[in-house]
Amino acid sequence: MSSFRLSKGGRIDRAKPLDFTFDGKPMQGFAGDTLASALLANGRQLVGRSFKYHRPRGILTAGAAEPNALVTIGEGGRTEANTRATLVELYSGLKAKSQNRWPSVDFDLGAVNSLLSPFLGAGFYYKTFMWPAAFWEKVYEPIIRKAAGLGRATYEPDPDTYEKCWTHCDLLVIGAGPAGLAAALTAGRAGARVILADEGFEPGGSLLAETAAIGEKAAAVLLEETLAELASLANVRIFSRTTVFGWYDGNVFGAVESVQKNTAAIDPNRPVERLWRLAARHAILASGAEERPLVFGGNDIPGVMMAGAMRSYLNRQAIAPGKRTVVFTNDESGYRTATDLEAAGLEVAAIVDSRVGAPSSWAGRAPVFPGAVVQDAKGGKALTGVTMIKGGALETIKADALAMSGGWSPIIHLACHRGARPVWSDAKAAFVAPQTQDGLTIAGSAAGVGALEACLADGAEKAGNVLPSLGFSSAAAAFTPAVDTATVAKPLWCVRGAKGKAFVDYQNDVHLKDLRLAVSEGYGHVELAKRYTTNGMATDQGKLSNVNAIGILAEARKVSPADVGTTTFRPFYTPLSFGALTGASKGKHFQPVRKSPLHDWARKNGAVFVETGLWYRSSWFPKAGETTWRDSVDREVLNVRKNAGICDVSTLGKIEIFGKDAAEFLNRIYCNAFLKLPVGKARYGLMLREDGMIYDDGTTSRLSENHFFMTTTTAYAAGVMNHLEFCAQALWPDLDVQFASSTDQWAQIAVAGPKSRTILQALVDEDICEVAFPFLGAKEVSLFGGKLTGRLFRISFSGELAYELAVPAGYGEAVADAIMQAGSPHGICPYGVEALGVMRIEKGHVTHSEINGTVTPADLGFAKMVSTTKPDFIGKAMLSRDGMVAQDRLSLVGVKPLDPATTFRTGSHILSEAATPSLENDQGYVTSSCFSPNLGSTIGLALVKHGPKRHGEQVTVWNDLKNEYTKAVLCSPVFFDPENEKLHG
Amino acid sequence: MASLIACPHCGPRPKEEFTVKGDAAIARPAADAGEDAWYAYVYLRDNPRGRHKEYWHHTSGCRRWLVVERDTVTHVVYAVLDASAQGETA
Repeated sequence: MSSFRLSKGGRIDRAKPLDFTFDGKPMQGFAGDTLASALLANGRQLVGRSFKYHRPRGILTAGAAEPNALVTIGEGGRTEANTRATLVELYSGLKAKSQNRWPSVDFDLGAVNSLLSPFLGAGFYYKTFMWPAAFWEKVYEPIIRKAAGLGRATYEPDPDTYEKCWTHCDLLVIGAGPAGLAAALTAGRAGARVILADEGFEPGGSLLAETAAIGEKAAAVLLEETLAELASLANVRIFSRTTVFGWYDGNVFGAVESVQKNTAAIDPNRPVERLWRLAARHAILASGAEERPLVFGGNDIPGVMMAGAMRSYLNRQAIAPGKRTVVFTNDESGYRTATDLEAAGLEVAAIVDSRVGAPSSWAGRAPVFPGAVVQDAKGGKALTGVTMIKGGALETIKADALAMSGGWSPIIHLACHRGARPVWSDAKAAFVAPQTQDGLTIAGSAAGVGALEACLADGAEKAGNVLPSLGFSSAAAAFTPAVDTATVAKPLWCVRGAKGKAFVDYQNDVHLKDLRLAVSEGYGHVELAKRYTTNGMATDQGKLSNVNAIGILAEARKVSPADVGTTTFRPFYTPLSFGALTGASKGKHFQPVRKSPLHDWARKNGAVFVETGLWYRSSWFPKAGETTWRDSVDREVLNVRKNAGICDVSTLGKIEIFGKDAAEFLNRIYCNAFLKLPVGKARYGLMLREDGMIYDDGTTSRLSENHFFMTTTTAYAAGVMNHLEFCAQALWPDLDVQFASSTDQWAQIAVAGPKSRTILQALVDEDICEVAFPFLGAKEVSLFGGKLTGRLFRISFSGELAYELAVPAGYGEAVADAIMQAGSPHGICPYGVEALGVMRIEKGHVTHSEINGTVTPADLGFAKMVSTTKPDFIGKAMLSRDGMVAQDRLSLVGVKPLDPATTFRTGSHILSEAATPSLENDQGYVTSSCFSPNLGSTIGLALVKHGPKRHGEQVTVWNDLKNEYTKAVLCSPVFFDPENEKLHG
Repeated sequence: MASLIACPHCGPRPKEEFTVKGDAAIARPAADAGEDAWYAYVYLRDNPRGRHKEYWHHTSGCRRWLVVERDTVTHVVYAVLDASAQGETA
């Protein structure tokens, strides 16, 4: 292994080497490595190219804020672009690729963009691509689209599974660093149900890289003891590899748990990620703080790293950042890094401290330069040295690594997801969130606490404070109070006079001059500057850059950061995979499939199915020799009208209505009268909306004094049920009426045609002759000599002598078989919804093609159905408005072509015979059309101005999409058997 | 993403189980209340900032219609009552 891995130390397991590849090159790391630390161990500092200028970029952080080390993980359907190498747990067989480079990350032709940089400054889109206008779509956009983005998504389906779950707890602790561990331990000891969630693969946060002792105890020992005690508490659950990404209403938190993102051997029976909804009575946000980069020239050259990240790699994974490190800092963090580097035997060339009165407690070997700054880092694909300014004098220091620290920003995203705004604190030189909100408390460095002991104490104290309100006696805090000894440095927002580009937002390549340009061009408002420069708009959402950008804007505008303010924090804290959000709802699980109880019966009779909403309905039943669907449908229609047919109508909505006020209720629901519907009778009902338009239609039967059975259309079954419940519960709670949906409980079979009575009489024990069971009869019947009870309705959608027989769903198939058997000598055939549709159009019966939300009862010829005597019903009041009774409303007519050899389509418009197509000349439109085998012609239903007065008028049916003009004539909507002779058999 | 409604019959349940209908602070007028009253009832809705009463249906639960009083800014839920307890004069 290369010299970058130290021979000893760290939390890696050197007995477990892991093989992986980067850009196809085999490499090796250890268990306990992240991909980033393993790349560093292999001497791979240059890992990507930047977004705009294709600058060589290295690993900058050791956590979620990483803007540079974005790589593509996996292959095929498992390809994941823009993955932060700093968060990827190394595993054997991992395949990673660099991004945004061609042909290779070491030699990238896109780097020519750097030469164009004078033209690629802030707002360059707006300035450069203004003209000529025609160029935008043809030239600029394709080029920009091609150049945009970093990684490429795969087009292959993701083979893995994901799941979603809920869980509940008394206290959710977000972040398992010092404050979080202390909070979880305090609450756990008190007996509260605790969930401790942490994004890392090992809980501990900063303790994992801590070399200092807490009291007499080494940090590593303290961590081990704390985790052991937490593990022993049954009421504490630790969710590792779990990022809490959002805080939502009701104190529900969203989190994503990586279950199998750390292995190449994925168990197909387990999810790779789990989306959690954590319902917490209270939460403690212990998300820590983010170290701020310093803004100087060349601060993006590989080899430049955050001081805290360098410490983390050194102490957790035994990685040497280089042979000779310069530390550039304005706070304590730089000194701690220098201490640990020297302790590991590495050379620290200089500590450049921008503070004039730098603390003098440094006891290491490295020279300290107080009041000095690094103006520029030098190098191309790797750092070679820095130029330091001290007292106006320029000095060059050779170095291959640079640790920088510009102070700390509390990580407060989650605390601001529900409307709270960050507030600038001069004392902490940082934006802080409100410390306590309803359901959430911030603890540790997320609350602006600095020193380690103080963070432990703060976590313990805040958990202790919240326990009584959760019903737990406040146990002793797990850690004793401690004074926060950390000093807060005056921020250094940027270094003046840099020669090279000084980056603020690494991921979006926004540098110092861009922000200053935004201010000088009038875009200094934080929200405008963000959009003008794209600062903070990359996938890292400005985790490293936002506060520096605000500081730079404040300096340029000569105001306080408090006056600049922040942009809005929104979920998600870190990017989330679509897989996790989708969960199991994909492929055949995307939505449920509803199958009629007669589905199998239809299938064995050869049905072709059509999806209508969630339902699969039988469309037609082709027979041998039939080559088109029309062959089958025409045959079915003619056979039903000549002999008999059987059709599955189980998908209609069915609602049982009970109660002594059920009749009164229905009387208010329907526009026609239901109060005096006799027991044993069915009635066609029209249900309106309050605005007077028709909502739904169907038949409702009175099975006994206080028991009605309502049918709805298939599409509106759920909506009607909700509507009935609303009216009963919210409008008229004084009425005694109850509902139960029974759509799935009944198999309902239409038997239609002149021979239907004869066929059904073979099954039904009671006499169903015209006298005993006339049109609109509805009653319970005994079947097969008392073997089964069903419900028989004498109703007809086809216009034929017809019945609908309902039997318990489980008997559906057997009963349908029996009807087929009984009907066989009479020529019965199964028919589907297409034939049903043809027959209803032939009879002028409407469906939701006509009931389209714009029609009143009168528009469809139902004016006489509307009760004039009922005191009230839904829709009554609005029905009398001028517009609802206007003479020129679109009203139902039939339409057929003059020449039966010609045809037209549904949706076509009706024009007066010689009129040219225009909005003014539009007379209406065709709502339904079909070929009628009985008439030997296309027929249609249409909504036309003054429709009923225009029967016999010649018109043009016009379809602009197909450029079709058909000469046609308006007529009665009842094309077949206008006297209803067939209905009565 | 998530949030909870405390159904008076079922306890706190995820909002995905509910269907929201809208303003519950309006009462259905009498049939003869006149065009203005009906126009207001059918078409006019306030969009208040702050406290607001709405009809919510526990569609995937007990199927009761509820009146949820909540804050449209903070989403704080102040009260959830069964609509029948609320009556028409909400």
